[in-house]
Amino acid sequence: MTGRLLLRGMLAGLVAALLSFGFLKLAGESSVERAIAFETAADAAKAKASAEEAAAKGQPAPVAAVETELVSRPVQAGVGLLTGVVVYSTAFGGLFALAFALCFRRMADLGPRATSAVLAALGFVAVYAAPMLKYPANPPSVGLAETIGMRTSLYFALILISLAVIIAAGMLRIRLLPRLGAWNAALIAAGVYVAVMIGISLALPDVNEVPEEFPATVLWQFRVASLGGQAIMWATLGLLFGVLAERLMAPHGARA
Amino acid sequence: MATATSFPVTLPTAIPVREILPWAIFGGLMLALGIYFVGVEEGAAAVFNSAYVHEFVHDGRHLLGFPCH
Ligand SMILES: [Zn+2]
Repeated sequence: MTGRLLLRGMLAGLVAALLSFGFLKLAGESSVERAIAFETAADAAKAKASAEEAAAKGQPAPVAAVETELVSRPVQAGVGLLTGVVVYSTAFGGLFALAFALCFRRMADLGPRATSAVLAALGFVAVYAAPMLKYPANPPSVGLAETIGMRTSLYFALILISLAVIIAAGMLRIRLLPRLGAWNAALIAAGVYVAVMIGISLALPDVNEVPEEFPATVLWQFRVASLGGQAIMWATLGLLFGVLAERLMAPHGARA
Repeated sequence: MATATSFPVTLPTAIPVREILPWAIFGGLMLALGIYFVGVEEGAAAVFNSAYVHEFVHDGRHLLGFPCH
């Protein structure tokens, strides 16, 4: 059963990736292009300034380091983006199926479709929404090369913490259930998750590497596109996997 | 007054944890590899062909929310 669920999770993840890719292509690529244009202009201005400085001192102009492009922009914005989203979403689809297998009929007395939908909503919050409120997605040219290691560690750490806290909150909810009832137990668990995540997010170091003159609208559009792409991915995953899982799990001839 | 007919809906039972566990190891590895491929792979500490993979999935990396340059 688990193996067949895993396969369906990856399939749902693949479909989710295609929809998410379509959205990111339409809504996100323009801000990526504008961010790259900003970066190119900034680099050109810097090169011109250093050439003028050298000329003023009577030295030969410094040779600008030519950035070799390994992968052309159209490929990065097309097949490259598609590959990235497909790998990410299919991997999460597989893990989602395993989480579903563990939670089904243990988390709540819900059918496969409802379990899948609830789990996807929680996954979206824990894996993307909560971490991005602290460390939002950034377009190219925002972010210093020197801090990439630290920023990556912080981001992944926050995702793992967020997952751990939401699992703990879920277990707390189940413990409170008999005494407080479904509504109050869920409210308290949600409140605990939010409160702990606020505390942790405030405690972790801030990262702000947005260049001074970077256009605010491009930054906003990029972040909204990123959020939309993730929302579409998780929604598709949760709703589609629920249908596939229900068909698989229903006894033959007795589709509930 | 006739009561509405309702069919007993029996939900399938929970899947035993010992059945899930071996798959969880497989799934965890798969996820780690996928996330690494998109989110971390780059220059110095690269497993695959370094800069090429990084540049190929670069737009996805940014738009999916991973830190980058
Ligand atoms: Zn980048």
